[in-house]
Amino acid sequence: MTPLLSVENLKTYFHTYRGLVKAVDGVSFSINEKEIIGLVGESGCGKSVSMLSVLQLISSPPGEIVGGRVMFEDQDLLQYKSKSDVMNSIRGAKIAMIFQEPMTSLNPVLTIGRQLTESMEIHLNMTPRSAAERAIELLRLVGIPDAKNRLVAYPHQFSGGMRQRVMIAIALSCNPKILIADEPTTAVDVTTQAQLLELMQDMVNRFNTALMIVTHNLGVVARYAERIYVMYSGHIVESGLADDIFLDPRHPYTIGLLSCVPQLGETRQEKKLVPIKGLPPNLINMPANCAFLPRCDYVCDACREKPWPSLESVGRQHYVACYREIRDKP
Amino acid sequence: MNLVSSENVLEILNLKMYFPITHGLLRRKAGEIKAVDDVSFAIKKNETLGLVGESGCGKTTIGRCILRLYKPTAGKILFSGKDISNMKENQLRPIRSHMGAIFQDPYGSLNPRQTARTIVGMPLIIHGMKTRDYNDRMENLFRLVGLDPSMMTRVPHEFSGGQRQRLGIARALACQPELIICDEPVSALDVSIQAQIINLMEELQEQLGLTYLFIAHDLSVVQHISDRVAVMYLGRIVEIANSKELYENPLHPYTKALLSAIPIPNPVTERKRLRIVLKGEVPSPANPPPGCHFHPRCNITSGVCQTERPYLKDTGNGHMVACLRV
Repeated sequence: MTPLLSVENLKTYFHTYRGLVKAVDGVSFSINEKEIIGLVGESGCGKSVSMLSVLQLISSPPGEIVGGRVMFEDQDLLQYKSKSDVMNSIRGAKIAMIFQEPMTSLNPVLTIGRQLTESMEIHLNMTPRSAAERAIELLRLVGIPDAKNRLVAYPHQFSGGMRQRVMIAIALSCNPKILIADEPTTAVDVTTQAQLLELMQDMVNRFNTALMIVTHNLGVVARYAERIYVMYSGHIVESGLADDIFLDPRHPYTIGLLSCVPQLGETRQEKKLVPIKGLPPNLINMPANCAFLPRCDYVCDACREKPWPSLESVGRQHYVACYREIRDKP
Repeated sequence: MNLVSSENVLEILNLKMYFPITHGLLRRKAGEIKAVDDVSFAIKKNETLGLVGESGCGKTTIGRCILRLYKPTAGKILFSGKDISNMKENQLRPIRSHMGAIFQDPYGSLNPRQTARTIVGMPLIIHGMKTRDYNDRMENLFRLVGLDPSMMTRVPHEFSGGQRQRLGIARALACQPELIICDEPVSALDVSIQAQIINLMEELQEQLGLTYLFIAHDLSVVQHISDRVAVMYLGRIVEIANSKELYENPLHPYTKALLSAIPIPNPVTERKRLRIVLKGEVPSPANPPPGCHFHPRCNITSGVCQTERPYLKDTGNGHMVACLRV
């Protein structure tokens, strides 16, 4: 089965006054139909930039997509210009995105009805009336009470959780093949987060959409994602089925990430947290070898001498970019 | 309920903090936001009390009342046995040197124009503790929180998020306080840095015999660091228990929902877990529901919950819960 979207060796660099920032440096991933994927990493690791590059939403300058391929429906999206008709017909219609901040990603001076119907009128050639009808139906689906009267409301009249529901409705309005959710729940409380995640899972099942959840919270993807990619400083360091990533992590960074978050029900008397030492790297003018090296407990000579390791298979659908073969974990 | 005991560093009795909602040109009072509505608890020496709840539930307001950044509407705040809830500024100043505060945002809580040395040393200068050993004391403070004393001359933007939070901790420790109010100290940090700061705070507590009020929305972090945890909902405490007990045997329906909503980074347990998804949203504190504040979203509510307010009652072992149906 060919994947719905496959990104190969994507490179997005930013040219800054202080030097070259390789925000995304050779990232490959794929999404199959109806699949839920997690992309996990800390802030600044390039996870949002990879997603924005797929949709060519990188502002240039300073950003530049310098290489790679984004294969979607048998064509390489990177051959088209960002403002070309092809990209415009894909963005929002076939690949939709939910952004992190529901406060800033909705237009404050337009009613949510207008923001919902706009993309349907453009992409699906719907009349304003039929678009409005579908908008009401969508709002009802995402659980907004009194949907009919809420069409004329402005974003500030909604709470954070409700705004994110509106964002989900907008993203789904054109029946996209792929929904990219970039940190969809960081700005909301845990109980709202649970509501939103359940809703997103329901919606992608109902609309047969593939979902890519981009997050820094490993817990968020554990329940929903089938496969997970772990990113560190512009590279994918480990990928695999969710169970393998969580229960049998092989990259030192993944191992560190999992042991440094407190587990519910564990008090400090029972288990001290094991932090990852050091700081996340500064991405300006990075050396060619593994960026995790200064924080790694498993460093060997190869890590210092050779360039960044490539992803190697360590099991079924399980890939790790590390020179060490880590089997016995501490 | 008798909370008075000599070993308590802090006791809060029936604390209320209402903020007026004003209206129109004449700023007429149109209503009140009951940010903290009749809250009582105590913290023993060398203990960590965690305070959790969702945004807007009043947890930060409690912290600010204890620091007396707000003057509470009613109730008592006993700090080392003295009631500070009605004290004037000049009386408060010497008392404040025994309290420290660590704030959420390590970017906004440090003055960008001051050097690290000035930021950390300011409490000592203000409280007239700038003595001859000031320089040594500064160096010790920096080492204590894991920063190199040679960084003293730097300004905040030269530090990373985690290092800034270390600066914030050093500042809070400067006057050798007994009590530290930690208001979301790790929520702005990346996960790999969070663990470093949590461990540092735990080590400092053991070393210096500190007492923490740890305010945060992340229950797994709070539970890890705290001896006891208080859960707040819309201005009231709904449950207080030993942190292990709270996890193993939550009694209040809100606590149960909160615990089930926290994602666990383990797909096997996570898929099996039953998730209680709460209906609706948190009501506005300007117009809270009558009776039990939680009843419109509760799954075990009954008629009595709509009229009668539940108070915290002890179910044994210091596990207190405010629910009429438990």
